[in-house]
Amino acid sequence: MTQTRARPLQIGRIGELVPRIDAPPKVKGEFAYASDLIVPGMLWGHTLRSPHAHANIRSVDISQALSMPGVHAVLTHDDVPGQKTFGLEFPDQPVLAIDRVLYYGEPVAIVAAEHPEQARRAAERIVVDYEPLAPVADMERATELEDLHPHKPTRGHGYREDDRPNVVRHMVIRHGDTEAAGDVSVEGVYDIGIQDQAFLGPESGLAVPDGEGGVDIHVATQWLHVDRAQVAPCLGLPLEQVRIHLAGVGGAFGGREDLSMQVHGALLALHTNRPVKIVYNREESFTGHVHRHPARIWCEHRATREGRLVNVRMRILLDGGAYASSSTAVASNAASFAVGPYETPNALIESTVVYSNNPPCGAMRGFGAVQTAFAAEAQMDKLAEALEIDPVELRLLNALKPGDVLPTGQVITGSLPIAETIRAAAALEPPPAEAFPRDPLRLPGGAGNTTRGEGVKRGVGFAVGFKNIAYSEGFDDFCAARVRLLADGSAEVHCAAAEVGQGVTGVILQVARTELGIEDVRLAPSQTATVGSAGSASASRMTWMAAGAVRDACRAVLEEQQRRPGEEIDLEQIYRHPRTTPLDPETGQITGERAHVAFAACAMKVVAEVDVELGLSRIVWIGAAQDVGKAINPQQVEGQIEGGTAQGLGLALMEEIQTRDGLITNASFTDYLIPTTLDMPPVESVLIEDPEPDAPYGVKGVGEPPTVVSTAAVAAALRAATGRALTRVPVKPDDICL
Amino acid sequence: MRITVRINGDEHQADCWEGESLLFALREKLGFPGSKNACEQGECGSCSVLLDGALVCACLVLAAQADGHDVTTVEGLAEGETLHAVQQAFVDAGAVQCGFCTPGLVVATADLLQRNASPSDDEIREALSGNLCRCTGYAKIFDAVRLAAGKA
Ligand code: FES
Ligand code: FES
Repeated sequence: MTQTRARPLQIGRIGELVPRIDAPPKVKGEFAYASDLIVPGMLWGHTLRSPHAHANIRSVDISQALSMPGVHAVLTHDDVPGQKTFGLEFPDQPVLAIDRVLYYGEPVAIVAAEHPEQARRAAERIVVDYEPLAPVADMERATELEDLHPHKPTRGHGYREDDRPNVVRHMVIRHGDTEAAGDVSVEGVYDIGIQDQAFLGPESGLAVPDGEGGVDIHVATQWLHVDRAQVAPCLGLPLEQVRIHLAGVGGAFGGREDLSMQVHGALLALHTNRPVKIVYNREESFTGHVHRHPARIWCEHRATREGRLVNVRMRILLDGGAYASSSTAVASNAASFAVGPYETPNALIESTVVYSNNPPCGAMRGFGAVQTAFAAEAQMDKLAEALEIDPVELRLLNALKPGDVLPTGQVITGSLPIAETIRAAAALEPPPAEAFPRDPLRLPGGAGNTTRGEGVKRGVGFAVGFKNIAYSEGFDDFCAARVRLLADGSAEVHCAAAEVGQGVTGVILQVARTELGIEDVRLAPSQTATVGSAGSASASRMTWMAAGAVRDACRAVLEEQQRRPGEEIDLEQIYRHPRTTPLDPETGQITGERAHVAFAACAMKVVAEVDVELGLSRIVWIGAAQDVGKAINPQQVEGQIEGGTAQGLGLALMEEIQTRDGLITNASFTDYLIPTTLDMPPVESVLIEDPEPDAPYGVKGVGEPPTVVSTAAVAAALRAATGRALTRVPVKPDDICL
Repeated sequence: MRITVRINGDEHQADCWEGESLLFALREKLGFPGSKNACEQGECGSCSVLLDGALVCACLVLAAQADGHDVTTVEGLAEGETLHAVQQAFVDAGAVQCGFCTPGLVVATADLLQRNASPSDDEIREALSGNLCRCTGYAKIFDAVRLAAGKA
């Protein structure tokens, strides 16, 4: 092996290709992830979880567990000193189950012991007397069955009144003449399975008591300050006594927006007065975070003979599982982006998300738009077929552009180059079909050596997806950044933006170097104690928001430096994106200028080969064109497109949390498959740079659009190869073999 | 029980419980947390190390089995501040996002290039198919392997 010298970091301003600062420690194994943390005297925590999807708890007996070797604490809901429930938006979820459990894997008790195995064994000795109940497992019947949350936690938040059992949120968007007829109409019903974020770094953290009643929690999370806002009331502590520190995050994709071990670790640490580490194993991780909502979507698209959309009617049903998490926003996003990036004068969109005893669902990359893009894009292809119009032409004919009106009544004022994005993706040329025979690795079935090419059909699919950037519907969405300009001419930036792998630390440094005009800029560790909230590393918002906050803080310190030359300057600034307002609960129409801040799109062409005899498929090539505003770091943007595409491909082909009566039956990487090196084709990407006028430097978020579109695009390619309708993802071998 | 393992050239000792994996011992007892714990059941490759020169999942090897043997972990590849060619290629190609898969992929790639200095694209895909990555879609990882092999 040859050895090469590490090169020093270049200056790295906006738009330049800069290596990530966290890459060298990550390749050396020196980067400290949450699961790597160790301190002297540390105990290990473990969580006892419900084996039932729905049950009453008659009693919990911890006496045996307490007497097990090495055990320091066994805690139940009785030991939660403060508020007994928490939640990202609605506090409907118990810290530890009280008198019932509503989902498989719900935390019931927690244990701290010297060794993780001792903690696990002690947890096995906790005797819980359950009375199993019939689960609400079918989302289509949820509104007729037992109401799991009769107190209606989401009522009174400005949503449409709906008294049916288990309705988390029901919304309707009425746009134009909702009965308008077209020359042609196509209908379809589409299903989407439950997808898991499957980040590789398991949920982990270390809680350290400070000896004065407070606690420091080092954890892999997406939003430090919202964690603190949920944890502190449960511990019965003021916010200042709970300090959240970002520990290394091994991927997130929405799955770390909700709490995992934060309260549990802190409870054990405060109870034992010892640091407590909790690391989930993979099986536990599958139950330890929310998933992508499964959905059923009924569609009818009406159009003129020329192919212009006249009226789009969709009914969306999402299963939110046992607790609300971010379901209300997911349902709204699904509705807002249901039609796709197309203009329609009329639309009727109904979106309902329900409670059930299925695994809780919440945020995952694409956030509601993935499900509807799968349905709506299939409809566009159906329409193209019915009208005998080229599917790309049909999309161009209807493509949204600035000045157009969305079904919510919002006029697009910012950047939205849909037609350009479609044309760029359509212009990408896939490689010519490879002749047979060839290496089986490049055939459907791969190393399984199941075909020599007989029965293999090729198909090309096309799709477009778009969604919003940042938080919507009146949410006060902001990001704080603090810059210290030191007397020696260097600078230190504080920002609580969570680096989850997306590269926001690089963005922050690039912006600071660009604004301050100096190279010597350091980024302080992300924590709640030294700077205000950065908001969540989600909704494709972090680059935009952190760039805005850091830019403003840099400009403020430079201005102050003019007044006080030679002195140390330390200023914090808060950045807000343009204000949004809620949608009208009855009509789904905007109540101000906009409900969403801005939009980003991705168009994708996919080539698939399918062995129609065995139902095996292989994606050969993917071409993507993405509307990115301005690429702050082009290499990282490409990485987001490639990685986001892979997750959508996974949902199209293989990824699904399977449940039986609410119980997860495939909680491992052997049974829940994610794409490997053998599944991912080359992804050719084109960046469309059309600066967003409302955003710092013209940036747009880039993480979600490729995931929104790729499931739809892969499914389209499979349809083209097989001639089958393929109305459900993931597509199974049974669905495609002839 | 007490085990003695030669890790990255130096002998280390630890007291282990019989059921502990080599991965747990490395990470929690021996001070080598570089190998990662994404599944702890042989499905993801994030814990890849070399045991007497052979690529293994450290989570599938008992700590006791490694007693008296040589282990190379990701921490043993760089020489001080000088990265191993594979590590440098991962940095340069932009193959690192969250990086949780990276230590395993770096070790697996180093092992591949040791056996086959100039792998074809298919050979790269096959050799790394046991290493899951959730962030990158693998494209930049392939770039990194080609770069390290002097093919890019
Ligand atoms: S942790 Fe060993 S293979 Fe996943
Ligand atoms: S970089 Fe995150 S899993 Fe590979």
